[in-house]
Parts: sequence; C-alpha cells; structure tokens
Amino acid sequence: MQKGLLDSHSIRDDFPILKRKIRGKNAFIYLDNAATTQKPLAVINSISDYYTNVNSNIHRAVYEVAEESTRAYERTREKVARFINAKHVEEIIFTRNTTESINLLSYSWGRKNIKKGDKILITELEHHSNIVPWQVLAKETGCRVCYLNVNDNGYLELDNFFQELEGGDVKLISISHMSNVLGTIVPLRNIIEAAHERRIPVIVDGAQSVPHMRVDVQDLDCDFLAFSAHKMLGPTGVGVLYGKRELLESMDPFMGGGDMIKEVFKDYTRYNDIPYKFEAGTPNIADVIGFGVAIDYLENIGMEAIRQHEIDLTSYALESLASVPQLKVYGPTAARDRGGVISFNIGDIHPHDLATIMNDHGIAIRSGHHCAQVLMQRLSVSATSRASFYIYNTKDEIDKLINVLNEARRIFRI
Amino acid sequence: MSDDIYREIILDHYRNPRNKGKLAEADVSVHDSNPLCGDEIDMHLKIESNTVQDVKFEGRGCAISQASASMLTEMVMGKDLEFIKGLKKEDILENIGLTNLGPARIKCALLSLKVLKVGMINYYANRDPVSAEKIKGESQIY
Repeated sequence: MQKGLLDSHSIRDDFPILKRKIRGKNAFIYLDNAATTQKPLAVINSISDYYTNVNSNIHRAVYEVAEESTRAYERTREKVARFINAKHVEEIIFTRNTTESINLLSYSWGRKNIKKGDKILITELEHHSNIVPWQVLAKETGCRVCYLNVNDNGYLELDNFFQELEGGDVKLISISHMSNVLGTIVPLRNIIEAAHERRIPVIVDGAQSVPHMRVDVQDLDCDFLAFSAHKMLGPTGVGVLYGKRELLESMDPFMGGGDMIKEVFKDYTRYNDIPYKFEAGTPNIADVIGFGVAIDYLENIGMEAIRQHEIDLTSYALESLASVPQLKVYGPTAARDRGGVISFNIGDIHPHDLATIMNDHGIAIRSGHHCAQVLMQRLSVSATSRASFYIYNTKDEIDKLINVLNEARRIFRI
Repeated sequence: MSDDIYREIILDHYRNPRNKGKLAEADVSVHDSNPLCGDEIDMHLKIESNTVQDVKFEGRGCAISQASASMLTEMVMGKDLEFIKGLKKEDILENIGLTNLGPARIKCALLSLKVLKVGMINYYANRDPVSAEKIKGESQIY
C-alpha cells in the first residue's frame, strides 16, 4: 500500500451491510454515499450499548448513569469541535441534520438581521436545503434571494460574485462547500475573505465536504458551518451547526422548551448559554454518542487519506466513464477540483431506467434531481444519474458500474 | 429483470410516442408530476357525447412513464367515459405488460392514469358533482 492511502478492502470488513446480497446473489455495490453513508459496526454497537447500559436523560439528573450519559453526549461535542478545529466547544450545536441547521440560521439569525430590500446571496449549485429556507425568509421579510451562476463546466462564476458584492445590498452569503450533484469544490477562502471585507457573514453548507476532506473552520474563517452525521458514517437524526461564539450569542433561540433555559417565570424566561440555548428538548442522545464513534473512526483513517482515496477513485471513474459511448459527465473534469460525486447521463436512457437496470446487478446509484432543481434547470436536464464514493468503495466496483452501463446500452439498443 | 421491463414495445412507445402533443380546444387538460422522479405528464381530452373524440399527451420522464402514457392514449381513444371511470391500475399494468414493478417504479407506470382520472374528476366537477365525487373516491390508484 502506498503511503497515505487507505485500504478500502480491509475497511469493508467493518461494514456489515456490505456483505448482504441483492436479489439473493449479487454483491451490494453502494454508490449513493452523497445521500447517506453506511455505518461501521462500532457505530451500530455504540447505539445498542447506550440503550443497554447508559440510557438516561442528560444534563440535570445527578445519578451515576445520567452523569455517564451526559458525559458521553458532551464528549461528542468536544470531538466535533476538534474535528473541524472550532475555537470553542460551545460553538457546536446539535440539530437533526444540515437542513435544520440552515433553517435555524434562517429563523434565528435571518429574522433579526435581514430586512426588506436586503440580498441573500446563494449559488445555482445549492441543495434545496440551502434555497428554500431563504425563500421562506424572503417571503417574510421582503428580502431577495440572488444566485451566483455556474458555468458550463460546473464552476462558479466568481466575476459575477465580486460584481454582486459591489452593489452593497448583500447582507448574507450562504454557500455550499461541495456540490452534491457535480462534486464541484467551491473556493471558499476567496469568497469568505471578500465577504468579510464588507462585513458580510458567510454560512457554509458542508454536508458534502466535511465527510470527505479536512474542513478547518478557523482556517476558512467561515461564520457558520452546517453538516450531517449520517453522511459521515454516523447515525441519521444528528446534524451540526457550528457558529462563531459571538454570533451565536447574539442570536435568539430557534425553539423554546426544556434545556434551553436558565430560569422561567410566568411572563419571561432567561435563556441558557450557548450551545444549550439552541438545543431545546431532549436531544437525540444515543445517536449523538454514535456520531462520536463515527468521528473516531474517520480520525483513525485520517481525512487526508480519505480525500486522496476519493481523488484516486474519482480519477479512475472519470477515465473509465469517458470510454462509454454516448455518456456525458457533468461538472469539473479534474478530480482535484471535485469530490467523489459524479453525475452523468447516457444516450436517451432516463436516469430512473438506468437505476432500475443497475439495481438488477446489485448496484445502488441515485437518479433524479438530487434536491437541486435549480442546478438541473441550469444544466437543462430534468434528471441525472449519480454515483458517489466513500472509504469502502473500490476500483473493482467502478469496473462493475462500467460493465452495467454497457449492459444498459444493450438493453436500450443504443 | 430489466430485459423483461424494457421490451421492444416499451422502447418503441418511449421513442415514438403515439398521440403526443397539444390539443386545440381540449375539454379537459390536466398536468401532474411525480416529485420523486420528476416525471411529468399532461393529458388533453376532447369529449363529445360522453366519448373521447381525441386525446393527446405531453410529458417527459423515464421510459416506463412515457410509454405508459402513450399506450394509455391508445387505450382510451374513442372510448366511452364509463370505460375510463372503470379503469383500474391493474388494467394499466397489464396493458403495458409490467405486473412486477417495485413500489418506486409503479408510480412511473401509473402517473398517466392518475392524470387521466383527475381529468375525469375535473370534467364532471361542474356537470355532475356526484359522479365527480364518486370517481375521486374510487381513484386511489397509488
């Protein structure tokens, strides 16, 4: 094995689901990692262990088991803070998912700071979760949602960005770090630097980047970062919102209820400090603890090795796909400029038909608009097929993908 | 398996759809889409003396949804409205020869029938509200 490379074959042993068969005989080839990733046994066991041995509500009870439970929950917060290099642990808020993190910002930061006539700048690359919350805010406040354009190669038009900033109306930028359709990695540093020169805060949707590459919030200097545990080996139902301390402190709560208070009186409430101010009600304790185990797993492999593995797989896949007649790949052609997410179409085969044929051979790919209809409109397609990779995927699996693409050509006679 | 789904007749209707296009002075025009897949179907009907005088569809989407719509137009052309009212999802699946579809793809096959049923409900809504309600009640095709 070369230095810095991970061994996907031995990693596969840690993922029980990869041993299952599809239709009784086919190996399960899972290429839908941009939607959610599989879970290693350590994560699965940690959840069962929590309910077996530690189950109790966190933060207030004084008995031993509850203290253990609280400690385990808060330990994940510390792990997350270290993982993204947050300056302070209390800058990490647990939500349900990336979508909830962005909605929290739209509600708590947006309502306080955005007014009629202001512009919120997003891009044509965004997932619906970074479009719709801003449209909701626009409807409420009369602000406008504006889009940075994507060029034909899947890169952002940055000239367009600097022009927008000159206008002076932009009050917030919310931007994906990595496209969930094209894989495009957005040059955030330039964008954030230029935004900060004009005192515009920047939200980063890291749902696709944080699981696949080292993301350092202090290095990026982003104001907020949202991502989901389930796209990085963790359980569903856990999301993260990172925010700079002073910004989080200036915001009003998202939801009211237990745990987010210091004192409650008949006519007013003193809110708790961050991060608890934003974690009303009993959180998803078991899955947060499971997420901590997922982070350990990733750290153990190393994010640099993961990124390198995905660059290798993506280069190999792009090369192999280029050999398939009538196949069109969308997005950047250089693997270094993109994550392990490849969208494509082949001849007049609709992506749903292709996904059905793939399924016959045990291959799980995604088909459809990928919750990015604005980008689909930009690409002038109604849907694409998408293969997305993670630590356990191998070149053999890409070879099988190519074989079945040719099989689909035979079935559709193209 | 896919070879059974994508038979010659499905591919033929997908690539050479029958009765595709708009219909001038349609009595009923209905649009619907399948948010899961993004399949889209518009159905246009010209109705005289309770009979389908003409039918056309527009749409985009997968081979199953588009072939199914094309074959449905052939199925209802010139037919009495009672025939459409009585159409069941099994009739459609049998007509296109796909009785083994999984839960995700069955929606593709049945989108055009859903649109057609909504068309019937709209057509009767003013003329005969009781019939409209009845069709509504019987049209739970998904």
